[in-house]
Amino acid sequence: MKLVALIAVCLTGALLLYGTTDMPNWGDPNSPASLHVSPRYIEKTMEETAVPNMVTSVLADYRGYDTLGETTVIFTAAIACILLIRRFSP
Amino acid sequence: MVWQLNLILLLFVLICAIASITVKDLLSSAIIFGVYSFFMCLLWAEMGSVDVAFTEASVGAGVSTIFFIVAILKTTRRSKD
Amino acid sequence: MISPFEDVIIQTVCRILIPFIQLYGLYVIAHGHSSPGGGFQGGVILGASFILLCLSYDLQEIKKRLSQRANVIFLSVGVIIYAGIGIVCLLLGGNYLDYSWLRQILPVDPVEARSIGIFGIEVGVGVTVMAVMISIFLDLASEEEQKGS
Repeated sequence: MKLVALIAVCLTGALLLYGTTDMPNWGDPNSPASLHVSPRYIEKTMEETAVPNMVTSVLADYRGYDTLGETTVIFTAAIACILLIRRFSP
Repeated sequence: MVWQLNLILLLFVLICAIASITVKDLLSSAIIFGVYSFFMCLLWAEMGSVDVAFTEASVGAGVSTIFFIVAILKTTRRSKD
Repeated sequence: MISPFEDVIIQTVCRILIPFIQLYGLYVIAHGHSSPGGGFQGGVILGASFILLCLSYDLQEIKKRLSQRANVIFLSVGVIIYAGIGIVCLLLGGNYLDYSWLRQILPVDPVEARSIGIFGIEVGVGVTVMAVMISIFLDLASEEEQKGS
């Protein structure tokens, strides 16, 4: 059984390593991720939101829905912990 | 981006990851996982994403280690296999 | 679970250190505009300071300073702040979470209004994350039964 698990892990690792060869170089300006929306954020953040840190402006303004969902996920985790672990006296 | 520093940090990350799953004592495993998170944080910071590094340092190396330790305190310290 | 113990060195160091950790957490939340950081990281640091108080004293100490009921209220208030700012923008005529419409109730121009809106939701995220960290830690660490609803 352990041999099967080892083979599965090695196979998955090899596939992932093969997948990384298709990725663009580190910090490549011509990669697809930095061609479409990134230049607009980099150019317009300061004049649209007056926030010097671009990460904060993208996280909280342009992608506000995502951060709302993230906060809701954390809130749900805490509620689940309260319901599952906390023992209430009757 | 200095590739020698990257290589050293990546080696430490690998060593910590392997040690964290092979060690028998779960408390040591939790602490080594915290060290793993810290080296991951250094790697993020070295690659220029400072916000992610900050999150990794505060959540991964700080709070989640405490949660692991408290969970071990609640259950058992020895792993079964 | 965590038995109370008396150690003068640990308690003194933590008593001196905790206000500075909390001040740093507030700084990270408030200064997320122009430096790394933001609501999530600052909230985690604030929660970690309370956890340090728990570890250095005992669990009753944190329940004296921040009751479980108040903690649950904090948990919800953060999400309400976040969603409420979005609702305010909606009521003022804009889209949901479009902070530039806050200029109608704030005496600033739209660009500054967006900056203030970002600060508001960072505070909301910070409050929620702080309460979540304390809540999960107390649930995991405490053994006796909770009083109340």
